Amino acid sequence: MQIIRLEKIHKRYFEGKENELEVLKGIDLSISRGEFVAVVGASGSGKSTLMNIIGVLDRPSEGRYFLDGTDIAEADDRELSGIRNKQIGFVFQTYNLIPRMSALRNVELPMQYAGVKAAVRKKRAEELLRTVDMQDRMDHTPDELSGGQKQRVAIARALANDPSILLADEPTGSLDSFTGRMIMDLFHRLHREKGITIVLITHSPELADETERILTISDGMITGERKGAADGYVPG
Amino acid sequence: MFLDNISMALSQIRSNKMSVGESMNRAISEAMNEFGVGNISFYLTEKETAGEKEYTYRDLRDSDCVSEEIFEDMRRHFAGRVQGISLSENIGDGTIESSNTDQKISINGVNSMALDSRKLQIESGRVFDSADHSNMRRVIIISSKLAEELYGEDYIHNAIGKVLECEISGKYYGYTILGIYEYDPSASGRNMFAMGSTPPSEAFIPLRTAFAETNRDMLFTYFDVVADPEEDAQALMDEISAFINSKYYRNNDAFEMQGYSMQAIIRESEQTIGMVKLAISAIAAISLLVGGIGVMNIMIVSITERTREIGTRKALGATNNSIRLQFITEAIVLCITGGVIGLAGGTALGLGASKLMRFPVTAPVKWMVISVLFSMAMGLFFGIYPANKAARMNPIDALRYE
Repeated sequence: MQIIRLEKIHKRYFEGKENELEVLKGIDLSISRGEFVAVVGASGSGKSTLMNIIGVLDRPSEGRYFLDGTDIAEADDRELSGIRNKQIGFVFQTYNLIPRMSALRNVELPMQYAGVKAAVRKKRAEELLRTVDMQDRMDHTPDELSGGQKQRVAIARALANDPSILLADEPTGSLDSFTGRMIMDLFHRLHREKGITIVLITHSPELADETERILTISDGMITGERKGAADGYVPG
Repeated sequence: MFLDNISMALSQIRSNKMSVGESMNRAISEAMNEFGVGNISFYLTEKETAGEKEYTYRDLRDSDCVSEEIFEDMRRHFAGRVQGISLSENIGDGTIESSNTDQKISINGVNSMALDSRKLQIESGRVFDSADHSNMRRVIIISSKLAEELYGEDYIHNAIGKVLECEISGKYYGYTILGIYEYDPSASGRNMFAMGSTPPSEAFIPLRTAFAETNRDMLFTYFDVVADPEEDAQALMDEISAFINSKYYRNNDAFEMQGYSMQAIIRESEQTIGMVKLAISAIAAISLLVGGIGVMNIMIVSITERTREIGTRKALGATNNSIRLQFITEAIVLCITGGVIGLAGGTALGLGASKLMRFPVTAPVKWMVISVLFSMAMGLFFGIYPANKAARMNPIDALRYE
């Protein structure tokens, strides 16, 4: 069953002006529930724009996007906030934890926006932090955590409202190879144990090879698709 | 923090403004009521030569003073419009030698109008009757405080009829105590500018007696007219001045009577207080505006610094409204904190100043609540613009912000 379906998606900036720029030039893409997909491409290829559209942070200029069967074009800003809140979990290269807030409070935040009661969300946040092996640092603020620890908290936060899709934009881009390895292992574990759909955006072919399917994007179009090694991959 | 300081300064001005204004009004109206609003005072003053501030210096002669015939003429002319003319003559401050400490006493000769306008509460004995006045009896009315000092706690039974001896600049005088009036501590403190020293106890003797003591004719350089309550004191003052000056002082080369109405003084002082209040309000308003813009500026800086946070929150599912609410709440909390600190500081300063200056201060709870609510309103008002700016941020641009 397809959880993401993009049909002839175009994204243009400065539309109708002299400096009009077409970043996405007709993307057709389907991702099934529970798939682990990598999107690779050079910088400027349009992969970040594609991620913004998949994550409903931005709307396409043309084409249709069905997320879990819902046509995104018909949703207003408020409904898009709700979709980001409940169906999508974001993991950024720069972690984007809220400073001055403990790891626990950061993980609680999406649940707070979803209107979950304080006691319930605290319990769930603790549980999630345990899942990413951060139970000992729950009361630490981001500036007291290392890069890998921050990213693990960010992953716990992305999972807060039990989303169907995890969107990770260069999640290991700011980490050393050892820590990056740990984060990738965490993604594999979540994929295997929770069956969560993961879209990984990366420029690293090695990381992409670990996933189930690799899409290559260049100049706003999908130019290649191949199978990855994930089916037989066993985390070290 | 810089911001707290601004709000603190603001609220201080605000709370001080209230108590200064109210305390001033209270002190002045209390003082005024004691003199009586319907009183018009007249003083013999030196004439000014037309248009110039040049005085014709000359010593005062008996013929310059106001005599009883002139008062009679005035009473006839303004009959029905004037309740009476209040006359008093101070014969000086004296000392009563007593067993423990010497008591200071200030002896005033008064006519019955002057005694009435003092509004004394007689505890024991009586006030002067016409026989006391016309026979120049050596009788005296003293305060309960003095009576207690001299005759002990049971002064009500012990003092009346006793002869009081006192010394005024080397001469000894003796008076029979006729009445005791209730000592009012707030009345003796009426002169708020006389700090520290306790004023001498006031005592009263018949006016004619006072003149007889000093061997002088009944001539006056000042008097008070008590106007009928229905009369406009200001207009009556002008009429009396015109009457007395045209009839009795037209040919006087150096002196004339000058009137002052309590009503006019009150009006003038109210105007002055009004202006002071207005000026303080204007300063407070300007400071509030400046502070408000400061709050807005700080909020804008804070929002710019936290652009990435706002983008992240939006990616995590925050709606525009929840972002708006977050920043308005922050602005309000900031302003209320400043307001409460300012209120505490203002109250402490006000109390300290009132202790130092011995000036009554009121800390009106109503205005305290209003100033905190006002701080809140300031936060709301000046927080709306930055909060809207934050709420309208595009999540992609916000996330990418470096």
